[in-house]
Amino acid sequence: MLKDITLGQYFPGNSLAHKLDPRTKILLTVLYIVTLFCARSFVSYGIVVLLLATGVKVSGVAPKALVRGLKPILFIICFTAALNLLYTPGEVLASFWIFKITKEGIFTAFFMVLRITMLIMGTFLLTYTTSPIALTDGLETLLGPLKKVKVPVHELAMIMSIALRFIPTLIEETDKIMSAQKARGADFESGSLMQRAKALVPILVPLFISAFRRADELAIAMECRCYHGGAGRTKLHVLRYQTRDYLVLAAYGIVLAAVLTLAHFGL
Amino acid sequence: MKPIIRVENLTHTYGVNTPFCRSAVDHVNMEIMEGEFLGIIGHTGSGKSTLIQHLNGLLKPTSGRILLGEEDIWADPKKIRSVRFRVGLVFQYPEYQLFEETVYKDVAFGPKNMGLDEKEIDRRVRSALAFSGLGEELLDKSPFDLSGGQKRRVAIAGVIAMEPEVLILDEPSAGLDPAGRRSMLENIRNYHKEKGTTVVMVSHSMDEVAENVDRIAVLANAGVVMSGTPHQVFSRAQELLDVGLNVPQVTQVAMELKRQGLAIDPAVYTVADLRAALCKLRGGKA
Ligand SMILES: Nc1ncnc2c1ncn2[C@@H]1O[C@H](COP(=O)(O)OP(=O)(O)OP(=O)(O)O)[C@@H](O)[C@H]1O
Ligand SMILES: [Mg+2]
Repeated sequence: MLKDITLGQYFPGNSLAHKLDPRTKILLTVLYIVTLFCARSFVSYGIVVLLLATGVKVSGVAPKALVRGLKPILFIICFTAALNLLYTPGEVLASFWIFKITKEGIFTAFFMVLRITMLIMGTFLLTYTTSPIALTDGLETLLGPLKKVKVPVHELAMIMSIALRFIPTLIEETDKIMSAQKARGADFESGSLMQRAKALVPILVPLFISAFRRADELAIAMECRCYHGGAGRTKLHVLRYQTRDYLVLAAYGIVLAAVLTLAHFGL
Repeated sequence: MKPIIRVENLTHTYGVNTPFCRSAVDHVNMEIMEGEFLGIIGHTGSGKSTLIQHLNGLLKPTSGRILLGEEDIWADPKKIRSVRFRVGLVFQYPEYQLFEETVYKDVAFGPKNMGLDEKEIDRRVRSALAFSGLGEELLDKSPFDLSGGQKRRVAIAGVIAMEPEVLILDEPSAGLDPAGRRSMLENIRNYHKEKGTTVVMVSHSMDEVAENVDRIAVLANAGVVMSGTPHQVFSRAQELLDVGLNVPQVTQVAMELKRQGLAIDPAVYTVADLRAALCKLRGGKA
């Protein structure tokens, strides 16, 4: 079950999506989210769905892997859908007890679910096709101007890249510790809520200990290699925009303009 | 002897539906006999850890069956916990699974999960600690204050305390110093002898395996490529070398002696064997 959490997982590949400059992809993702939140109608949502489908096709990521990424937030999706379905005022279609289902409610719930799933899938596409290193590299350069106003961009990027790098490691470790405790008869799947919470202790204690140990070792290793923050650091691979980046961004600009125009006319 | 665990046509594939999809264990058949000391050797990534995690139901086969006694362990998934009490598995680097405040409580975790009463738990904890070579004075210490080798022993005691019918150890001596290795193996050997329990040990050290086990299974590229007594396995030196393994050091010495022209049978695998063979060559008694 832990294997289903794919957040921050990178699938190496050689597609156009993999080859794009990370800054382009981050910008695209931001613009994609903007597009998503501007969409109001079937037509504009249709365009966003098409966009996502194109992205998935181009990246060569298995759609199944994307859908699996939704599992951990399934609860939130269902919850949102239920809330919207039951509490949107409007033309009543059916009612029972204290609940009323309205036509507006059905539409809002549908669009909300669509929006959340598309949001998650779109951002997953970014982490699936961009290695954590490239991702933070891109972010750092994009946010570079903020250094002028004393925002510790490099440090933040470093924190993020370390966090991203260690997510899979920690998941693997959790899996291993869980297996080891299961081998001693630990039971995580039955019992009351209290018992289940207690059953987590044998996992959390070793996990925290090892996370602290790792952090310690990493800090020492960084210090041994004379890490002293961002000032004066140069890069081995300097990011450079290619023609394909300009082309993709331009194409996206057109789509965004189209959706905004549609939204303006209330479609 | 009758088999206590039978592995039938076992395949396990990691990461189905991802680009990382691969079979770590591929159509493996093997039997583990009641009361034997089985060694499993194989190169890094050959699927040893994956295979043994199936034996107590931690991993579910992608296809194939595991029979414990005569029963398929997955026949009733609800009963899988009882399988884990019957087949004890000590993980690679088990010292990272300790979590309790005291050594005593940590070792008692398994027996407690079995629902035993206080007196029985106490007996098992003490006997398990003795078998894994730890003194009673450590009982009330925090497991985090112990040395790496002691932690490992506590972790092993935690599994032994469940008194499983089959004890499986994944590289129990990895990362210990030579003296630590020797005494760890002596503890395991004594446990096997005194309790008559079936023991399965995964190891990377040919010498360790040669000197301790009754039978060896050799894993390579997700499959069992050889199995037999140490004598049978180590006499096929070339095949072992081909799959990235080696023969024990004494066997290497004997092979080299033979290459240099000495009429010695290179199928010796312990120091005592080599000594006997050399003495025979000189016409004396062993
Ligand atoms: N949780 C997992 N997810 C994906 N692949 C895995 C996982 N665990 C193991 N593998 C892969 O399965 C193969 C076999 O791994 P396994 O751990 O069984 O090898 P091993 O023989 O125990 O190696 P070692 O001697 O290094 O312990 C390896 O190629 C490994 O990359
Ligand atoms: Mg292993």
